[in-house]
Amino acid sequence: MSSDDPRQTIHDSTAPSTDTRDSRIGEGVDDRFNSKLREAFGASPFILTKFDKFMNWVRGNSMFMLQFGIACCSIEMIHTYAIKHDVDRYGAGVPRASPRQADVMIVPGTIVSKFGPRMKRVYDQMPEPKFVVGMGSCTISGGPFQEGYNVVKGAEEIIPIDIHVPGCPPRPEALIYGILKLQERIQHGESAPVVVKPYELEEFGDLPEDELIQKLAGEIDEDDLVMRYNWADSP
Amino acid sequence: MSTGIEKSEATGEEDALEALLADRAIAHDDHLNAPGFVVNPTDVQDVLTDLREEAGYDHLSCVTSQQYEDRYETIYHLTKFADRTDEVSVVVPTSLSNPVSQSAEPVFRTADWHEREAYDLVGIEYEDHPDLRRILLPETWQGHPLGGDYDQEKPQLVTLTEHENPIQPDHHDQESDTMFLNIGPHHPATHGVLHVKTVLDGETVVDVEPDIGYLHRCEEQMCQQGTYRHQIMPYPDRWDYVSAGLLNEWAYARAIEDMADIEVPEYAQVIRTMSAELCRIASHMLALGTFALDVYGEFTAIFQYTFRDREVVQDILEELTGQRMMFNYFRVGGVAWDLPEPREDFLEQTRDFLDELPAKVAEYNDMVTSNEIFQTRCVDTGVIDAETVKDYGCTGPVARGSGVDYDLRRDDPYGYYEDLEWDVITRDGCDNYARVLCRMQEVEESAKIIEQCVDLLEDWPEDERTVQANVPRTLKPDADTETYRAVEAAKGELGIYLRSDGTDKPGRFKIRSPCFSNLQALEEMSEGEYIPDLIASLGSLDIVLGEVDR
Repeated sequence: MSSDDPRQTIHDSTAPSTDTRDSRIGEGVDDRFNSKLREAFGASPFILTKFDKFMNWVRGNSMFMLQFGIACCSIEMIHTYAIKHDVDRYGAGVPRASPRQADVMIVPGTIVSKFGPRMKRVYDQMPEPKFVVGMGSCTISGGPFQEGYNVVKGAEEIIPIDIHVPGCPPRPEALIYGILKLQERIQHGESAPVVVKPYELEEFGDLPEDELIQKLAGEIDEDDLVMRYNWADSP
Repeated sequence: MSTGIEKSEATGEEDALEALLADRAIAHDDHLNAPGFVVNPTDVQDVLTDLREEAGYDHLSCVTSQQYEDRYETIYHLTKFADRTDEVSVVVPTSLSNPVSQSAEPVFRTADWHEREAYDLVGIEYEDHPDLRRILLPETWQGHPLGGDYDQEKPQLVTLTEHENPIQPDHHDQESDTMFLNIGPHHPATHGVLHVKTVLDGETVVDVEPDIGYLHRCEEQMCQQGTYRHQIMPYPDRWDYVSAGLLNEWAYARAIEDMADIEVPEYAQVIRTMSAELCRIASHMLALGTFALDVYGEFTAIFQYTFRDREVVQDILEELTGQRMMFNYFRVGGVAWDLPEPREDFLEQTRDFLDELPAKVAEYNDMVTSNEIFQTRCVDTGVIDAETVKDYGCTGPVARGSGVDYDLRRDDPYGYYEDLEWDVITRDGCDNYARVLCRMQEVEESAKIIEQCVDLLEDWPEDERTVQANVPRTLKPDADTETYRAVEAAKGELGIYLRSDGTDKPGRFKIRSPCFSNLQALEEMSEGEYIPDLIASLGSLDIVLGEVDR
C-alpha cells in the first residue's frame, strides 16, 4: 500500500501495518512508530519530531543578525555579508538595524568603558532567545588594547557570549565558521552559560558606598543607571 | 628621502617670526620639523592671531598636550594651507600646580575639540574655552589618564542616563517646539559608534553635537608603551581601519624616520607608494558604498559593487602583505619584504585590476553620480565654504571638495610621489556631491600612481632591490627630540607628534587624526538643513570612529 492508494477505512486487524515502513527503511526497525492512522494518511507528508526540536532547527537556520558595527572587525563583518563570502547562503544574511528584530548579535570590536552600558542596553533590547557571537580578540580579552585604561577586557564582562571567533580581525571565512558553529549549537538547543559576573547596570543608590561613590554623589542622581568599570579587577 | 633636515636653512623666515613675536617669545624650543617659540599662557591668543593674520599661518594642524615632571605643555602646530612645509610650533608651558592656559578657540575654531581632548586626557585647563568638558572619556571619569599621577587600577563609574535637550529652555514658545533626537551610538548611519545629539524643529536641524569617545581605545597609551622599532607599527593599522592601514603606518614610519634620521631605500619607497595608493582605493570604495547606502538605502547594487571591487584590492594587498586588513607591512626604514614571487604574477594581478578599473568607475558614474535621486540628495546639501574648512582644520577630500587645494603628497612630498605624474583633485562645489566626486576622481589618480609604480618595479634592477635600510635593533633617539610629521591618509592629514625621552619608547606619542577635525565641522554643514541632509553630510565626511576616538 502506498500513499497513492491510501486505505479508506480502518478495520480488520488493529495491529500496525508495516508496509510503508518496510518499503522506506527496510528491515530491522521495530514498529512502534507506525500506526494505522499514519498509514491512512500515507507516509510522505509527515516528519515526527518534538516541537522544541523543530523550533531549534528553524531558529538555527533563519537567524536575523543585528547590524552592529563597532570597530575594525565590523569591516570584515560587512565583507562577510557582502559579495564573495555572502553569509546569506547559510540563512543568516539579514542584518536588522533594530535590536528588537534581531536574534543574533555579532560583537565586532573593542568595548570601551563608555560603550559598555550602551552595548548592555542593546543586548537587553533583543527579544529572547538571543545569541551572541564575539568577533575578534578584543571581545575575547581586550586584544591588543587590553592594557588600555579605558578598555573592557572582553565582551564577556558585560554580556554572555556563545561563540568566540579569534583573530585580529578574523577573516570572513572564520566568521562564517563561527556562525555555522552557532547554528549547530542552536539546533541542539544549547546556549551559553554566564560564566563570569557581568558588569551590571545598577541604580546609583544601590551601590555600596565607597570613596568613589561619595565623590560622585553630587553629580549622579540616586536612581540613575550606572555601570562600574574596574580595569584592575578583570581577569 | 628624508625631508626634515633642510629646515635649518630657513633662518630668514625665523628672524621674521622672531621680530613679529618680539618679547612675547620667551624662549626657543625648536622641533625637528619647525622652529618652536615658547610663549606665556596669557599670550596665546595674541600670538596665534598675529601668526595667523600677519605671518599667514592659517592651519592649526594639531594641538599636543603633555606633562613633564615639572610642568604641563601645550604645543600648537601651525602651518599654511598654501605652503605646508612652512611650519612653526607655539609651545605654552604651564605650572603643575595651576595648569591654566589661554584657549586658542577664538582664533582657530578647530582648537575647540583639540583642547577638550587635552583637558580630558592630560588635564590642562583652558581659559575662555566655550565648552571645556571631557570629550573622549565619560563625564564621570576620575583623573586624567595621560597625565603624570594617574592610577589605572582605580575603579570608575560610567552612567547611562537620558540626554536632555540642550536648547529647550530658550527655544520654546507657543508656535514652535523642538524635539531632541539621539542618533547612535548604535545606528546604521553613523558608521560605527558615533553618537549625534540632534535637536529638531520640525524636520529642520537646529542643533547638532557629535558625542564621541565610544571607541576610545587608548591608542596613544598603547604607542607610548611600545618600542619604536617593532611594537608600535601594528597599531596604526587600527586607527583608520577601513583598509587604509598602510597609509597610517606611513605616518608613523615618516615620523620616526625623521626623528632617528633614517634614509629609506628608493625601492622601498616605490613599494610603499604603490601599496599605500591601493589602500586609498579600498578606503574610497568603502566610502562610496556606505554613502550610497546612507543616501538611498542601496544595499543591493552600489554597496555590493564597491565591496566586490574592494575584495579585488584586498586580494592584491593580501598577496603582498599576507593580511587582508591589518597589514603591519611597513618597517622603520622600509617595508617588511619584497614583492611576492613570482613577481610577474603579482604585477600582472595588479595590472588586471588597473585595466578593469576605468570600466568600473564608468559604471559607478552611470549608477551613482548621474542618478537623479542621488543628486537630489547631495547637490547643495551639507555646504561648507573654504574659509570655514580652513578654520576647522579640515583636510583631505573634505577640504578639496570645498576648493582648498591642499594635499600633503604634493605639498610636503614624501615617498615617491614627487617623481610621478598625477594630479591633486579639487572641486569647488563645497557640498556633499563635490566630496563624493572628489573621492571618485582620486581613485582614478591613485590608479595612475599605481600604474607608474608597477612599471618602475618591473624594470627595477635585481641587485638594487633593497627593501629596508640598515636600522639598529634598538632605536634610542636623543632625549627631548621632538618632531611632528604628517602624511596624506585616506581621510586627510594624519600627523604624528613624537617626543623621545632617551629610552627606546616614546615619551609622548600624539596622533592628529583627520577625521577628528573633519567631524567637528559637522555642525557647520548641517545646522539649518533637513535631517536627511545631516545623514548625507555625515556620510560624505567619511569618518572612521577608530580614528576619531583613537
